[in-house]
Amino acid sequence: MAGIVSFGAYIPYYRLPRGVIGQMWGQPGGRGEKAVAGSDEDPVTMSVAAGLDCLKGIQTKTINALFMATTCSPYRERQCANIVANALDIPRASRNADFTNCLRAGTSAMLCALDAVKAGSLNKVLVTAADMRLGGAAGGDEQAFGDGSAALLFGNEKVAVEVEGSHTFSDDLCDFWRDGDDKFIRHWEDRFGREEGYLKIPAEAVEALLKKCNTAKGDIAKVCLYGANARVQATLGKKMGFKPEQLQNPLLDTVGDTGAALPLMILVAALEEAKPGDRILLVSYGNGSDAIMLRVTEEIKNLENRRGIKQHLNIKKTLNSYGRYLRWRDMISLAPAARPPAGAASMSAQWREHETAIPLYGVKCKQCGTPQLYLSQSSTRAHICLQCQARDDFEPYRFADKPGTVRSFSHDFLAGGIDPPATAAVVDFDGGGRGQFLMVDREPDECQVGMRVEMTFRQLRHTMGAHTYFWKCKPVRD
Amino acid sequence: MPGSIRNRVAILGMGCTRFGERWDASDADLIVDAAYQAFKDAGIGPEEVQAAWVGTSTGRTGMTISEPLRLQYIPVTRVENACATASDAFRNACYSVAAGIYDMVLAIGIDKFKDSGISGLGDGGTPGPSHSMIAESTPPRSFAMLATTYFAKYGLSYEEGKHMIGRVSWKSHQNGMRNKNAHFQGNVTMDQIINAPMVSWPLGLFDCCGVSDGCAAAIITTPEIAKARKKDPVFVKALQIAMAPRDGNFTQNFDFLHVEATVRAAERAYEEAGIKNPREEISMAEVHDCFSITEAVTMEDLRFSPRGKVRDDIENGFFDLDGKLPVQLDGGLKCFGHPIGASGLRMLYEMYLHLQGRADELLNPGFPSRQLPNPKLGLTHNLGGAPDGCAIFVGIVGLEGA
Repeated sequence: MAGIVSFGAYIPYYRLPRGVIGQMWGQPGGRGEKAVAGSDEDPVTMSVAAGLDCLKGIQTKTINALFMATTCSPYRERQCANIVANALDIPRASRNADFTNCLRAGTSAMLCALDAVKAGSLNKVLVTAADMRLGGAAGGDEQAFGDGSAALLFGNEKVAVEVEGSHTFSDDLCDFWRDGDDKFIRHWEDRFGREEGYLKIPAEAVEALLKKCNTAKGDIAKVCLYGANARVQATLGKKMGFKPEQLQNPLLDTVGDTGAALPLMILVAALEEAKPGDRILLVSYGNGSDAIMLRVTEEIKNLENRRGIKQHLNIKKTLNSYGRYLRWRDMISLAPAARPPAGAASMSAQWREHETAIPLYGVKCKQCGTPQLYLSQSSTRAHICLQCQARDDFEPYRFADKPGTVRSFSHDFLAGGIDPPATAAVVDFDGGGRGQFLMVDREPDECQVGMRVEMTFRQLRHTMGAHTYFWKCKPVRD
Repeated sequence: MPGSIRNRVAILGMGCTRFGERWDASDADLIVDAAYQAFKDAGIGPEEVQAAWVGTSTGRTGMTISEPLRLQYIPVTRVENACATASDAFRNACYSVAAGIYDMVLAIGIDKFKDSGISGLGDGGTPGPSHSMIAESTPPRSFAMLATTYFAKYGLSYEEGKHMIGRVSWKSHQNGMRNKNAHFQGNVTMDQIINAPMVSWPLGLFDCCGVSDGCAAAIITTPEIAKARKKDPVFVKALQIAMAPRDGNFTQNFDFLHVEATVRAAERAYEEAGIKNPREEISMAEVHDCFSITEAVTMEDLRFSPRGKVRDDIENGFFDLDGKLPVQLDGGLKCFGHPIGASGLRMLYEMYLHLQGRADELLNPGFPSRQLPNPKLGLTHNLGGAPDGCAIFVGIVGLEGA
């Protein structure tokens, strides 16, 4: 039976307490905190992060589609799923697609992946969902919205979560929207969206699904119910006839409303606690509703080494500066930099180098066995071994999945950028090889020679409307 | 090596402009100033120059100098090798004389950065094709890596390490104060140095050299012509360039405690000049102190200090103007200034002045003499690039018998 073979998630390192936002505007701060993507993170990088978590121990060459869901694509035109697949080392013969423009994009991608796997046209499909919707300063969305991502691998073998059925209602009920030029979401009157939309449509989808699956509400271990507001979400759960303990925590107090990613993130949190045999009901909302009935199998026991939601919730740093958040989100006019602007990224060179730079491949010399990266401003492909000088006698060697140790570092206050200082580190990879990378999600005071780091895929620059991505390092925090 | 440059060419004359923020001068102004100082010092006119080499990181082609000097159709080669640019222009000019092709040539180095509108050198990126997929570094970041590892390896606390590298800069400021053509001539205290704002941790403002405008020039000729025209010409003893394979960021073999290309170039230069013990035999040196830690590490790479022991020599004043082996006698890059394409010839100029007993020509009024008593051999060193990969020049000049 087709279903979920593996899962993973990602929550950015920084958390902004809602009290800090409230204090800024003289408003009551909401409960808890929201996860805030770093200045160099976006749905592409967060999809890669969740994908890396999901694909631990899984051969990426066997994956033949990547569906990426987000309402915050960094591009209007350019397939982001390709960038994610490239970074995750998924082969070119992969049917990638972006699912976007709707909070149901995550569950829509799941259902498309499921159908393709069920039909046998695709063997393994990776679904990623990531969002980082921006709330205007001093508005309710600013406190509500958080950033995060999840990834689910669909397949036919070693299925950990079977899909028993689904039901979808599509409904052009327009309670919030953004047009092509809007930076922020616009809302119709709250009561309309709540009474005619959120409190009604998912309940209808769930009723139809329960009938279809011939399942009683009491047989469901956990209900993973999307909600933008904890109180209203609980109201809907109750209205649908579920007990409070059946409702999976919607992560709103700890992460925030992560849009299209939230239903999948709640599901991952539920799967981390699930026992074989558990039935899980997943319900999304946004211009309609998807309800999906899932059943956990024995295979779930093999997926325990993911960071998922549980560990990522604990890997965090409180961001006590609202100003720093505004700066990261380009929400405030900064003093102009006294530095020359970055040169434009070359599209032809990026295309030429994409098999090495984006999945972070170096080589291993077949003559002397030395693993090595080659990262220069004009090329990322080695020809001559740096150890034995043999020519073009290499096998590919991936560094993205190797942890390493910091050999040297510096905090650069001259380089400027959105979040100075820029910390750079020389990283000696476990198993050999070295590279120099920017370090993120670090406190300058904690950096030292010998510290352990891992690789993370981030934005590097933005020139001529194009984003350039590359790998950076960050402290290992398990 | 099949051949050696030792005593095969001589310096007939030199010139060097005041370095600094030359808002008053264009590159052409600086070129004419330095070149005509050199012509005058050599006792020649520009029409006697048979060929020229111009080092510059910002200029374009040989016309960088043939236009302002209105040189009349002689061959001019433009040289670029980062911070080793001027020294490499000098090296090529020397080789043309040693080869017997010419007997009166000009080597000149020029850069004018202060019209760029920024402090420092930008992102340090090299011009040319770039995919921009990897992060560009800044020079202080690249060299700070040496300090981080040096402190860690030798167990220096932050305070001890900062004091060691601060003492390097303090010494250069003491020397720069005495020099009327230096970019920075102010008196700076250790407290100011150590507590200055951070540029790239652990390097603060006074651990970094400035970026300057300036030009320096040399006239090179044969030993015979030099001796006929001048009583005390300075002879070239060694000229070495070592180009790193730029693998320091990619192999775990590199320790970020030394600069391998400096070691290689220095050993070849000592062999060429017949030097066994540089700590004893070299009278003075101008080295590439782009950052204080660079100078510290270079002292070990040149075998001026034993490996891991430079801190003792620095703190004991071994490299001070009145020390056993004075380094950065004119203030170095740190205080005399660093117009990249001119620096190598500026260093050579300082060695040349001391060897001829003329160092006090640049003495700031009211300061004690800066002339070394009886120097025999002077060493110059440039590092173009970063510790993980760079172009290194090591040259030695001296009096005829040295």
